[in-house]
Amino acid sequence: MTAMLESSSAAAANRPGSIRWSKQFGRVFVYGCLALLALVFLAPLLSMLLTSLKSMDEIRAGNLLSLPSTPTFAAWANVWGASCIGVTCGGLKGYFGNSFLIVVPATFISVALGAFNGYVFAQWRFRGDNLIFGLILFGCFIPFQIVLIPMAGLLGKLGLAGTIPGLILVHVVYGICFTTMFFRNYFITVPAEIFKAARVDGAGFWAIFFRILLPISWPIVMVSIIWQFTGVWNDFLFGVSFAAGTNQPVTVALNNLVNTSTGTKAYNEDMAAAMIAALPTILIYVAAGRYFLRGLMAGAVKG
Amino acid sequence: MPAIVLSPSLAAVTVCVYGFIAYTAILSFTGSKMFARFDFVGWRQYERLFENPRWITAIENMAIFGGLYIIGATCLGLFIAILIDQKIRLEGVFRAVFLYPMALSFVVTGVIWQWLLNPGLGLEHMMRSLGWESFTFQWLIEPERAIYTIVIAGVWQVTGFVMALFLAGLRGIDTEILRAARVDGAPIHKVYTRIIIPALRPAFLTVFVIEAHLAIKSYDLVVALTKGGPGVSTELPSTFMYSMTFTRNELGVGAASATVMLVSLASIIIPYLYSELRNDRHA
Amino acid sequence: MANLAINHVTKSFGSLAVLNDINIAIEDGEFLVLVGPSGCGKSTLLSIIAGLDEHTSGSITIDGDPVDGLEPKERDIAMVFQSYALYPAMSVEQNIGFSLEMSKMPKAQRLERVSKVADLLQITHLLKRKPGQLSGGQRQRVAMGRALVREPKIFLFDEPLSNLDAKLRVEMRTEIKKLHQRLGATIVYVTHDQIEAMTMATRIAVMKDGILQQFGTPEDIYDRPKNVFVATFMGSPAMNLLPATVVGETLSLKGADAVLPVPASVVAPLTEGREVLLGLRPEWLSLASAGSPSGPSLPLLVEVIEPTGPDVFAALRAGEREIMARLPTGTPVAPGQKASFAIDLSKAILFDAASGVAL
Repeated sequence: MTAMLESSSAAAANRPGSIRWSKQFGRVFVYGCLALLALVFLAPLLSMLLTSLKSMDEIRAGNLLSLPSTPTFAAWANVWGASCIGVTCGGLKGYFGNSFLIVVPATFISVALGAFNGYVFAQWRFRGDNLIFGLILFGCFIPFQIVLIPMAGLLGKLGLAGTIPGLILVHVVYGICFTTMFFRNYFITVPAEIFKAARVDGAGFWAIFFRILLPISWPIVMVSIIWQFTGVWNDFLFGVSFAAGTNQPVTVALNNLVNTSTGTKAYNEDMAAAMIAALPTILIYVAAGRYFLRGLMAGAVKG
Repeated sequence: MPAIVLSPSLAAVTVCVYGFIAYTAILSFTGSKMFARFDFVGWRQYERLFENPRWITAIENMAIFGGLYIIGATCLGLFIAILIDQKIRLEGVFRAVFLYPMALSFVVTGVIWQWLLNPGLGLEHMMRSLGWESFTFQWLIEPERAIYTIVIAGVWQVTGFVMALFLAGLRGIDTEILRAARVDGAPIHKVYTRIIIPALRPAFLTVFVIEAHLAIKSYDLVVALTKGGPGVSTELPSTFMYSMTFTRNELGVGAASATVMLVSLASIIIPYLYSELRNDRHA
Repeated sequence: MANLAINHVTKSFGSLAVLNDINIAIEDGEFLVLVGPSGCGKSTLLSIIAGLDEHTSGSITIDGDPVDGLEPKERDIAMVFQSYALYPAMSVEQNIGFSLEMSKMPKAQRLERVSKVADLLQITHLLKRKPGQLSGGQRQRVAMGRALVREPKIFLFDEPLSNLDAKLRVEMRTEIKKLHQRLGATIVYVTHDQIEAMTMATRIAVMKDGILQQFGTPEDIYDRPKNVFVATFMGSPAMNLLPATVVGETLSLKGADAVLPVPASVVAPLTEGREVLLGLRPEWLSLASAGSPSGPSLPLLVEVIEPTGPDVFAALRAGEREIMARLPTGTPVAPGQKASFAIDLSKAILFDAASGVAL
């Protein structure tokens, strides 16, 4: 975290593109607005955390942002291991595990395929390459409702309906559209002369990729991994459509826990469950968010 | 070798994107109910779709939600990006604060805002306990207002990403132009309105396309925040499609609604992709 | 080391010809420079020799063997690129040794070759660094090392000095020439800089619009340009071209009210009244003085003088015509002065006014 602060403030000092509002009033205004907005943006997370550490009695007595007098992890423990979701009562932990079982292979496979595809699109010209790339790109933007019905049928035919491998397959298929775009946009910024030099030096298709391209690709690899990890982890539509019972990912379980419970709402448990479901992606952003931004600014978003 | 590498992905995309789009489009012209049947009924399902008041509500909500979501997130995101671009201290911290909601799933966002806005113990309760006795905030359970809660949660979640896109655009503006403007004596607000914001045109386009795309696809957020309720007051095309297809056994209508969603999104995306791809070779 | 022959090479995109029937042949150990303005096709031709680009028709042979259709690595060539194209993630040592690694040379032998080349280029102390940590001149050396280490039949250079500052460029020019003399290597070198071409080449091919304008030794190109384009492209300041009409045994300069004899070098018969261009290099003019041998001379007005150190460039005026002269420093001329300038017509060239072809 300290390193992150240092590097970003160093970047701020000698970065172009900014205009200084010289007046003192301007600085006060800027910091005032930023601080206020930052509070508004942080409040929901803070409230979620505080609420998850309270008992229901304390929630009723206090308010959204009041501090818990006796912080307790009881709600966390309960939703992690004991709450009833649907007909089973084992808490979120199984679903949390499911999400990992889905996310890790889906991310790895889609990033790897995207890297290969992006390499081909960026540096090996062939007839209609731009059109084909455009067709893949369009796949990033389709509303997934359009594929739900036939995909359910396909997974059924493959014997993968309701299973975790089925979900992995779905996420890989629709993930490669994004990863291909990321890598292609990054790789076209690599000077063509480098590829020519490699060909003259006798490097083939894979040698160029693994020896020359991959070692300089970590920014876009980070972007793709973060994008895919968060995208797959946070998915709800595919999970609720294609996963059955105990194979569901944590987002679906969270929704079931929160929105199908009967009786009075246990907000502390809702918040604890939401925290659990959100933690992996929040941690990834805290740890690697600056790579994500940097990579995104460098390559993925050019226009 | 390039062809071999590309072919698995191409096959997957051909089948699972274009094949499936075709399948769904065809299905929308059949009388399918619980299972897919291929008895063609022409535009019948589309007629039924647009005769369905739930679908009309969904479309109206889409217009309200989409419009406010895009305007709100764009303005707020641009404002924050400009603030952050003022050579501030702790830039990294501020960026992280505004960006973190993007790391959350829509379900988590929905659950959080369900809590924050719940009439019993949420914002209303807090304001009253802070002394504003008459404060009332019950949008979540008011059919007329519930859709705005989705706008609030959606804007909160996406603004950081919009900010990041604008920030990238701001950092990409040639400093020499800005210096020239200052030498020419342009006041700061003129520099923004006449030079910087016009120069962000490509960023605006990207932001708009991404927001429109997210808005049309929005499903999880509604499910987690309002379940489409109260009643069907926060129904969106995506929730409509899902319930028709998977709970109401109206496969044909579901397919028709999905096709309408695709066509409206495609009418935004395809021109965008076309112009992007035409311009970006020879980098 | 090898000879190279380019036979009737043509490259076209549809009806647009990028290269039009190019014929060039050089012997083992020659230094061929392809020179021309940007877009003339010189870099495309180099890419075709390298095998990075394909030609539409014709053939290329190295050491008598056709290499058409062969991959770059099968042609036994090495190339130095304008941007150097060093592999960013590899150290200097790995960059230089990469081609040997690709050809599966054992590591010990590879390192020995790399260190030999590093010695030659005086970059041994840089071997462990990454390209990002090198200066422009150092990168240039590494790029050369990457080519040298392969000991190829032919070296290809694609404007390798154009990214260097002026001083370094001159230094590296000499260094490349030294290397050429020392190794006796066959080199094909592309540049848009006519001074580089003149100083380095044993053969020059001047190109324009995909057409080979002239191919010959630097002396041929400089002293006996075949057309107006070659005459003006090579040499700085450019050759003066004075429109004239043939009148008997003399040339009547248009717009200058002056007459000069037809240069002795012109052998083609000249018909009376023919429109020609008289080509005069700036150094063929000198201030006429009492002591100088009698010869043709012109009274000219000195308009501007540009001292360069060893020489003074003088813009002179004769009626409507401006003539550049290169005079030794110390020549007593001043702007506004009228003086008589002697003209050495022994090397002067006449071009046909319409076609631009030398007579």
